[in-house]
Amino acid sequence: MIPPFRHSSVGRLPSHARIAVPGYMSPRRREGLQMPIGSYNSSENFLGMSPMLSPSSSQLNGSDLSEVAPSARLARSGSGKVASSFPGSTGEMMMVMAVKSGGNASAGISLRNASVVKTLPRVTEKDEETRTLSKNEGAKSGGKKKQTTTRAERRALQEAQRAAKEAGMENGKGNKPKASAGGGAPSISNKEKGVKPPQKVENLDTGTTSEKRIVRNTEKDRKKDIPQPQMQFDDKNRVEKAKKRAVVNKLEAKNRVELFRHLPQYEHGSQLPYLQEIFFHLDHIHPSVYKVGLQSLSWTISGGNARCKEMLLAFREAIVDYSTPPEKAFARDLTSKIGSYVSFLIECRPLSVSMGNAIRFLKNRIAKLQHDMPESEAKAQLISDIDHFIDEKIVIAGKVIVQHAVTKIKDGDVLLIYGYSSVVEMILLHAYEQGKQFRVVVVDSRPMLEGKILLRTLVTKGIRCTYTHINAISYIMHEVRCVFLGASSVLSNGTVYSRIGTASIAMVAHAFRVPVLICCETYKFHERVQLDSICSNELGDPDVIAKVSGKEDFNHLADWADHKNLQLLNLLYDATPSDYVSMIVTEHGMVPPTSVPVIVREYGKYQFLF
Amino acid sequence: MPDIQAHVNDFVLKLKRRKIEGSQATARQTAELLRAVVSHQRLPYTNQALALLDAVRDVGEQLIAANPVELAVGNIVRRVLHIIREEDLTSVASAVDGLGLSTNSDDDDNFEHDDHPILSAAAVAATARSTLRAPSLQTLLEGLPESASAPRPSSSGGDSEGKSKSAERKKLKHDVIEAINELIQDIETCHEQISEQAVGLIHQNEVILTLGRSKTVKEFLFAANEKKRSFRVFIAEGAPRYQGHVLAKELVAKGLQTTVITDSAVFAMISRVNMVIVGAHAIMANGGVIAPVGINMVALAAQRHAVPFVVVAGTHKLCPLYPHNPEVLLNDLQCPSDLLDFGEFSDCMDFSTSGGSPLLHVVNPAFDFIPSKLVSLFVTDTGGHSPSYMYRLIADYYSTDDFVVERRIKS
Repeated sequence: MIPPFRHSSVGRLPSHARIAVPGYMSPRRREGLQMPIGSYNSSENFLGMSPMLSPSSSQLNGSDLSEVAPSARLARSGSGKVASSFPGSTGEMMMVMAVKSGGNASAGISLRNASVVKTLPRVTEKDEETRTLSKNEGAKSGGKKKQTTTRAERRALQEAQRAAKEAGMENGKGNKPKASAGGGAPSISNKEKGVKPPQKVENLDTGTTSEKRIVRNTEKDRKKDIPQPQMQFDDKNRVEKAKKRAVVNKLEAKNRVELFRHLPQYEHGSQLPYLQEIFFHLDHIHPSVYKVGLQSLSWTISGGNARCKEMLLAFREAIVDYSTPPEKAFARDLTSKIGSYVSFLIECRPLSVSMGNAIRFLKNRIAKLQHDMPESEAKAQLISDIDHFIDEKIVIAGKVIVQHAVTKIKDGDVLLIYGYSSVVEMILLHAYEQGKQFRVVVVDSRPMLEGKILLRTLVTKGIRCTYTHINAISYIMHEVRCVFLGASSVLSNGTVYSRIGTASIAMVAHAFRVPVLICCETYKFHERVQLDSICSNELGDPDVIAKVSGKEDFNHLADWADHKNLQLLNLLYDATPSDYVSMIVTEHGMVPPTSVPVIVREYGKYQFLF
Repeated sequence: MPDIQAHVNDFVLKLKRRKIEGSQATARQTAELLRAVVSHQRLPYTNQALALLDAVRDVGEQLIAANPVELAVGNIVRRVLHIIREEDLTSVASAVDGLGLSTNSDDDDNFEHDDHPILSAAAVAATARSTLRAPSLQTLLEGLPESASAPRPSSSGGDSEGKSKSAERKKLKHDVIEAINELIQDIETCHEQISEQAVGLIHQNEVILTLGRSKTVKEFLFAANEKKRSFRVFIAEGAPRYQGHVLAKELVAKGLQTTVITDSAVFAMISRVNMVIVGAHAIMANGGVIAPVGINMVALAAQRHAVPFVVVAGTHKLCPLYPHNPEVLLNDLQCPSDLLDFGEFSDCMDFSTSGGSPLLHVVNPAFDFIPSKLVSLFVTDTGGHSPSYMYRLIADYYSTDDFVVERRIKS
């Protein structure tokens, strides 16, 4: 997995949870939260306040304020009361209070937005500074709980600087406006933070931020064990940052499906021409990497093995042509270059798990190079590593899998395959060459219709085939003796992450008591886990759903983008539960799905050592 | 009746060429044709019901043979036969009733009508016991003696008998035609009756999944929308006809949140769905469903995720037969060019393979069979039923004698 922009959103999660707690505040905040986030405006946000601020920012940007304001004022007064009514408490109570008035404060802040907007120019540098102040205090007090003050100070300084950068943001005074009465530059806040004794009210306000920081630190410690979460596309801030760094210009898709807000959905038509335009301006992208990006984008190459191989070969070229710039260390510079290539590829098309694992391997190898190795030797080493990886993990592994799987094909068999998988194709061709008599049922589905490619290969060879579409599998399954499926990845809870439709095939096969064999190389295994197909997926171009090939006049959905109630969903992957899978054929043998985490653990460590 | 035979032949041709789309249209046209057959039939003096039955069975056999997969045709034929039998029984009962009057008058006085209610009730009860109830062993053994046995006790009232018989003859045809009209009315209004139940099954913020396009489902969802239930719909497009697109357009026009997904995405999305609502082509006697292809996959996925699977269908789709190997015997294989264009693979296929069997076989079935254990609820125009109840409805609409529509060999 490519480490994403490891950002405060990790820490932001707890605050999400906390915000929901305060009772009487929540309806108002909830209605604020439910304001439709129209477009991604560059809204400033603080660590603690972002969830609430984003709706507020959308308020700022033109939605109806008048209805918010009066209620806001009411709430504000309410919040003040609550804050004052809890004078002293134990530590636990403080947490609760932190939650509550963290909520209050934020509500107050969101209310403040309304007031700020109404009286525009009062820039509230004061406010901003008071907020940072209160945050710092909270940070400090939070710091006292679990971590050293120095780190909190540094954090606070960073935040203060960030806050100072953002202009016109909504913020509110802390529950103790008197504390902020100092006014002035953020720098003062640092001092004041040290001076002011932690007050309970401030605690409440910023207890959340400190806790987030705590969570983040322990997260850092455990980062080796937990796979990184992927880029969260429902988080405006991160998307904004990603956009700024982006090479490929992407327009957001219209009519996004709500359930998949956390995944990127972009207009597909515009990317290819844009990329072609900027080809000669992309100095920092190696041409072979650019080629791979273009091929991915246009779906010229698809399939885990092909994409991974092409990418590694492109990186190999890039390393051959690479020379260390002066004043830079070889390993670090090369790693950052590879990182930039990877970002480019991600923009063209999200990485597959196989590609992610290969990149992790390569970065690992670069990191393990000896520092004093001369550059040419290091490059040769890396190049041989890449060659070795491709050979061993992809090519030879494929051959071993074929050897294993062919033993499961007997004369007179009827095999069902779905879509296009390179490994399954090799298995069938090898079995045919061995002279086995069997029949193949090729199942295909829209919109990719990848089965036709495989069908063509098989028919050219002379293998007897039946071709049908995925809806007809209940009809054809009673004839089938065994199902062979490929996979994009197999996850640690045994779930098979593969082309969309695989889960339905496995389910119907299971209902008809037909064994399901998944053929997958071990380099595609991953330690992440997944329960359903929604949390992590890839969204394709929705326009291909509207167009039906072969029925050009069938255009009921040609104008789908004009109806805001209508969405088209083009999912690319799905997650097959492990109980539908009889066996996974890997180069280490044929294993049940429960053995996948064992393989990940044993051979995953091993593969980096060679 | 040459002109009626011409009509029948026309209809048979239409069925053979699959020109009529949909069970509702087929059912209605079948009923209208049979009504014409009944009205044109000249009835003999005695045993009219038998004549009618023969005539209808004759025509019905031709219709069923024209398109055996369209079960609605057979359903309507059997319904009409059942109607004839029932009308015959009720007219016999009223005849007995009248005859009971005459017997009464024989006993007491010809013009005393006060005792009619009592005695006629008794007489009716007596006849009911022997005729209107499910066939008793006696009647089973004696073939079709209902109309013969009942008038026996009335042999004394010759005059009135003759009068009632002629009235009865006209009445039978009239009653049958009226009943067939009611049947046609039911067929046409089944959607309204089904849609009335929508509000009881759909709550707020529901997420519904359907596949392809069923008119019944469409009306069902419109009715719920009308009652201001807010819900969103995932529509699987339903290869190879892709009628899901059409349904999506129609739902969006009414302001419903709609998302069109591919059929392969059903398993992925069903975990976030509250209810699956689909239409059916036919409902078999054991509660199994013949539905457009792909719906069995949806039913299995719904079972896996414990999502209720609701089938909406009018009662004209209820077939009294039990399915045997329905995937093959009750299926229609359609044109393969929907999947693979003609000539698309001609460049790579070697047509000289030995054995003569084709190298590439394209399968395009039209229907799927869903076993009754996967269905949670049937919503019909008579209300909601569980699959285990469907066999009972058959007794309401069909007679066991009619399950096999074949000309009886006249002994």
